[in-house]
This record gives sequence, structure tokens and C-alpha cells, in this order.
Amino acid sequence: MITLKDVTKRYGTKKALDQVNLELTPGKLIGLVGENGSGKSTTLKLIAGLNHPTKGEIKVNGEKVNRKIARSVSYLSELDEYYRFFTVKQSIAFYASQFEDFDEEKAYEILKFMKLNPYDKLKYLSKGNRGRLKIVLSLSRHVPVILMDEPLSGLDPMVRNSIVRGLISFIDLEKQLVLITTHEIRELENVLDEVIAIKDGSVIGHHNVEQLREEKHTNIVDWMTDIYE
Amino acid sequence: MSDIFQSSQPIYQQLAERMKRQIIRGELSPGDKLPSVRETGLDVSVNPNTVQRTYRELESMQIVETRRGQGTFVTEDQSVLDSLREEMKIKAISDFVREMQEMGYSDDEIQNGLTNYLHEKGETNA
Repeated sequence: MITLKDVTKRYGTKKALDQVNLELTPGKLIGLVGENGSGKSTTLKLIAGLNHPTKGEIKVNGEKVNRKIARSVSYLSELDEYYRFFTVKQSIAFYASQFEDFDEEKAYEILKFMKLNPYDKLKYLSKGNRGRLKIVLSLSRHVPVILMDEPLSGLDPMVRNSIVRGLISFIDLEKQLVLITTHEIRELENVLDEVIAIKDGSVIGHHNVEQLREEKHTNIVDWMTDIYE
Repeated sequence: MSDIFQSSQPIYQQLAERMKRQIIRGELSPGDKLPSVRETGLDVSVNPNTVQRTYRELESMQIVETRRGQGTFVTEDQSVLDSLREEMKIKAISDFVREMQEMGYSDDEIQNGLTNYLHEKGETNA
């Protein structure tokens, strides 16, 4: 369970988030959508404890968020943050050394699913395979919360498809809550439980996706086009 | 990505329809074990939670049954399967008739048209 209560984040004079209230329940895949600069990445970083709110309070499973929250939160950055001289196998070993809950067996299972070679050096991996490796590393932890910042961004359709299939296969939806920021809504249309739209630092909509279809006969893309106007 | 579902209607209902058809066509036989929620999710690229909801929906219609610790199975109750077959037939016919009526065809025209079509089709198949 993640709760944000009246969360405001300022960078200098710019408000990145403005009095955001959210309650996210476990066992769901939730999409956070919005334009560039709307506050999506800031929201994720605040939940991951990588940044502090200017005002308000964030809790993960009842625990107030600070740097130590990394114990219960797996965070996939939008950037490529890794040691380029590592092989895929060494990266997995490194993650295993950093996080007690990292499951190496699961990592190799996902690795196989993603058709990655453990002996390839990261600096020689294609962008698509680096994207796949990031998924391997963030899904291999036994944590209640997984945050993914733009996991599909800038990747070709085949890679995006394999990542979506990886999510379906390896997220433990009985225990985990996954929050994904994305522009690639069409790809995720059928795999999201809930969608949250954010604009200029404010939440402008939060819906169960099947309910959106059932009650409003609309899909996520059309709904967004609607509320963004 | 699969385009087997319309994104403006609940996926769980569309998936339930799809599975009912598989049962009627005999792709899934009475007593067959359904793939796990995750396998089906992967197969049709849909959230496992949605698949779970489909299975519950089919269970409430007694078309499938969940056996604790074993999985979900197509019912072996022939009367349920017979009425499913009947229900799907009536639904397909009513969709067809409504479309014809919307275009202004009379009942006689629809009936004769269908009879002729089936007759000609029968000859070409023979």
C-alpha cells in the first residue's frame, strides 16, 4: 500500500507536484500517465525515497518514506545506470550483493525469457537488450513495491512487446504493487489495472481501467485525450 | 501487440466470450483443465488479474469449476454445455437479425435469403 497525503514538491520556484493525494493498493499494475514534465518521474522518485517532498507525507506499507525504503521498493530508473564494464552475469551478482531479497534464480529465469546472454558485456549490449536487462534486475527482487520509470521508452516494438510479456509472467500480483510511468499507453492498455493521469503536478484522474471500459465505454487513450483538453 | 480485444469494452467479458466459443467449438472439452491464469494472460497479452476475473465469471455461470489446489476445469455437466450452446446460437441469430432489420429487410426476406444461402452453399460444398 502506498499513500501520498497532500504532497507538494518544489524545485526552486517551480512546483513539480502540487498537493497530490493518492492511495494505491497492492496486487495491481498501475500506470502513471501524462506529458513530459507533468510530475510522473518526481512522483516515483519521492516514493522511492530518492527525493523528499517539500510538504506532505508519503508512506509505503505504513512506513514513512526515507532512503531506507529501498528495502521494500525496487526502483527502475529512466536512465541507464550500471557499470559498463560488467557482464550481464556480474550485474546480477552485484544486485544480489546489494539487496537481500534479490532472487538470483528468478533473475536467470527472466534472463532466459528475455533471451539475454549472461556473458555479454553491458557496453556491447544493444539499447533494447539494456532495456531488457533493467527489467530482469528490477523484477528479481521480492519486494512489495516495484516502481518503473518509462521502461518502454525509446525501444522498438519487439522489445516493448517482450517487456510487457515479461511483466505478465514475472510480477507476483498476489503480493506486489507495480507503478509504471509511460507514454506507450497502447502497449499497456490491456495489462494495466488502474490508470492515473497527472498534469502540471496535479492528479486529474484515477480510474480502474476495466471500469472505464464498462461504464464509459472508452479506452485509456481516448479517456486521456478527453481529460487533457 | 494482440488486437483480439476491443479496448473500449471490458477485457474480462471479451475473454469470457472467447473461451465460451472455444468450448462450443470443442477446442476445450468437458473436463479439460484451463491453462493457469498467468499462462492465459501471456497467451492473450492481458493482465492476470483480468484473466482471474474471467475465470470467476465463467465459474459463476457454472461453465467452469475450480478445484482447490488443482486448477480450473471445464464443466462435465452436459446440461450446462447444452444451454451454453443454445444461448450462443440465439445470440448470434439475434445479432444477425437486428443488423438485417436495421438495413430494412423484412422477416420473409431474411428467412428466404438465409434458406437460399444455405441451399447454395450446400450445393457448392457437395
